[in-house]
Amino acid sequence: MAETAIQIRHLYKIFGGNDRAMVEKVKQGLSKSDLLAEHGHVLGLKDINIDMPAGGIQVVMGLSGSGKSTLIRHLNRLIEPSAGEVIVEGEDVLKMSERQLRDFRRHKISMVFQRFALLPHKTVVDNVAYGLHVMGKSKAEQRQGASRWIERVGLAGYEDNYPAQLSGGMQQRVGLARALATDADILLMDEAFSALDPLIRTDMQSVLLDLQKELSKTIVFITHDLDEALRLGDRIAILRDGEIVQQGTGQEIVLDPADDYISSFVREVNRGRVIEAGTIMDSTQPAATANPSSEAISVPENTVLEEVARRMTEEGVDRAEVTDKSGKTVGSVDIHAVMAGMATPVLKDAIEDAGESRAS
Amino acid sequence: MESVFKGLPSWMLEFPQIAGRDLRLLSRNIDQHYRAFSRAWGDSIESFFRPLLDFLLWFENLLIHTPWWIVLAVIVAIVWFASRSIKITIGTLVALVLIGMFGMWEDTMSTLSIITVCTFLSILIGMPIGIAMSRSDKLQAAINPILDVMQTMPSFVYLIPIVMLLGIGIIPGLIVVVIYAMPPIIRLTNLGIRLVDKEVLEAANAFGSSGWQKLIEVQLPLSLPTIMAGINQTIMMALAMVVVASLIGVRGLGQPVLQAITNQYFTQGVLNGMAIVAIAIIFDRTSQAYGKRLQRHREASHG
Ligand SMILES: Nc1ncnc2c1ncn2[C@@H]1O[C@H](COP(=O)(O)OP(=O)(O)OP(=O)(O)O)[C@@H](O)[C@H]1O
Ligand SMILES: [Mg+2]
Repeated sequence: MAETAIQIRHLYKIFGGNDRAMVEKVKQGLSKSDLLAEHGHVLGLKDINIDMPAGGIQVVMGLSGSGKSTLIRHLNRLIEPSAGEVIVEGEDVLKMSERQLRDFRRHKISMVFQRFALLPHKTVVDNVAYGLHVMGKSKAEQRQGASRWIERVGLAGYEDNYPAQLSGGMQQRVGLARALATDADILLMDEAFSALDPLIRTDMQSVLLDLQKELSKTIVFITHDLDEALRLGDRIAILRDGEIVQQGTGQEIVLDPADDYISSFVREVNRGRVIEAGTIMDSTQPAATANPSSEAISVPENTVLEEVARRMTEEGVDRAEVTDKSGKTVGSVDIHAVMAGMATPVLKDAIEDAGESRAS
Repeated sequence: MESVFKGLPSWMLEFPQIAGRDLRLLSRNIDQHYRAFSRAWGDSIESFFRPLLDFLLWFENLLIHTPWWIVLAVIVAIVWFASRSIKITIGTLVALVLIGMFGMWEDTMSTLSIITVCTFLSILIGMPIGIAMSRSDKLQAAINPILDVMQTMPSFVYLIPIVMLLGIGIIPGLIVVVIYAMPPIIRLTNLGIRLVDKEVLEAANAFGSSGWQKLIEVQLPLSLPTIMAGINQTIMMALAMVVVASLIGVRGLGQPVLQAITNQYFTQGVLNGMAIVAIAIIFDRTSQAYGKRLQRHREASHG
């Protein structure tokens, strides 16, 4: 995961006839609203820089209109930038000829769409095989490749149905299978699960995580939902009005929001599912030496607090040793620290307030 | 009134016309040039369309000289397989039997053959034009006014330049019908392709489809319902024009109607008119039912 699969450098996108000239003005500090009012151009993206890890899930999060779709469409050049570089696996996407770009889209990068964008006149199997068909694979190869993925996403038996005959969740499974069938290293997902009911959505997130364990693709996942971002993202970039306002792991963003805008987002988050034992452990005194008489369980350092609490309760202990990847004990947590770590800032404030009023 | 405008100069009282002599000169000049053009080019244009005429005649002969019951069976079968509707199929059978019994079989076969050929020609020429239009806004802006003129021009006016160029006969008739019938298929092909879901098209792009693959796999299939509506209209316009074109020697049901008008044969006129209506309905219903059948994939069938 250390390797970088996709690099975005100083990417600008301005919608309008004279976008290149406008980039200079924006670089000199012209604001989005002034750009629109004075020049009639829309600022889509401003000075985006992201390094996306190979084999990991990079989430791009932001509210409606923040430029998420615009950003992800630059990665396979469905949209031409006004300025900047997009480098995918060492290749500059913007320098590709039409033919190279077509090959790149056929073999290296594939995409799942918010509203599925299936071909309504083709059956499930022909939809999933579409990428293979475009590559010029034989009918048998298409059928074989498609069937495998249809089965993998749990749609076996629906091969000959038309998309309109399937529920939304099933249609997006087709969309996912279609994207996976080309064997591309990179998977772009533009709010792929946003159109689905909450339950189906969680379901699809699990499907994706399961697949990812096996496939280790480089996934770029767009969402406007922080819970989804935290559940899926190895790294998260937060976009607002076309600018990146913070990037980091989910934990970094929850623990240290860059500004009020992000704070307001993370306020409601279930921290127990985000913060890991290694983050809050006391590394000065490993459990065994601190209090040899009390029993302790041992948890890996990347276990989330909710899980630590659950296991402590199950085992009836109030301490846990935290181990690193090699199994060496590197610190300890007790149940109080876990509870404090899981409390949201709102809750913390309330507890402190209560404590103060009792004291006075 | 007159008294009010009395003081005005004469050019304000009466529309200033080009002098009669100049006008005569002008039209004589144009006529002369056109005639010279038609003398120089008429034959080569005629020979260019010769294979088409041969095909039409061959097809017409086939329909007329094959025993009637075979033709009847084939038509009814085609209608059935296209529409899968018992009502339309039986209606077709009854209409054709009546047409035969009232002695209009041969004329009907002539009309059927020319409609078929004209419709195919219109599609063959019109669809590529529509596709080209859908890809370029400039081309669309250039062709649309031409189509507007073609569609508003009274059908008789079409006859003039063609007859002057090629005289009277089947080829000029064919050309007139095709020109007249083509606008709907051009327009609706263009419209249908432009209305294709942008997201589906984006998906096709994202998977690296070539322009040709997009056209064949996505744009044409998805615009097929609209294109079918265009084909339906084209057939109807061809049928209307075939009757008018009987004025310049196109055989078929139009000629007895023409005869009936000039000689006041009431029954003959009505019967042939009814036959034309029957054919129109058969074409219309069959092509519409076929178009609908092509869209079955849109229906959700849960369960
Ligand atoms: N073709 C275009 N022309 C002009 N402005 C555009 C165009 N496409 C997008 N925009 C503008 O760019 C901004 C970002 O749009 P984008 O679709 O990327 O947002 P998004 O984050 O994907 O939003 P959503 O969650 O609604 O999908 C918006 O202000 C939008 O109006
Ligand atoms: Mg979007």
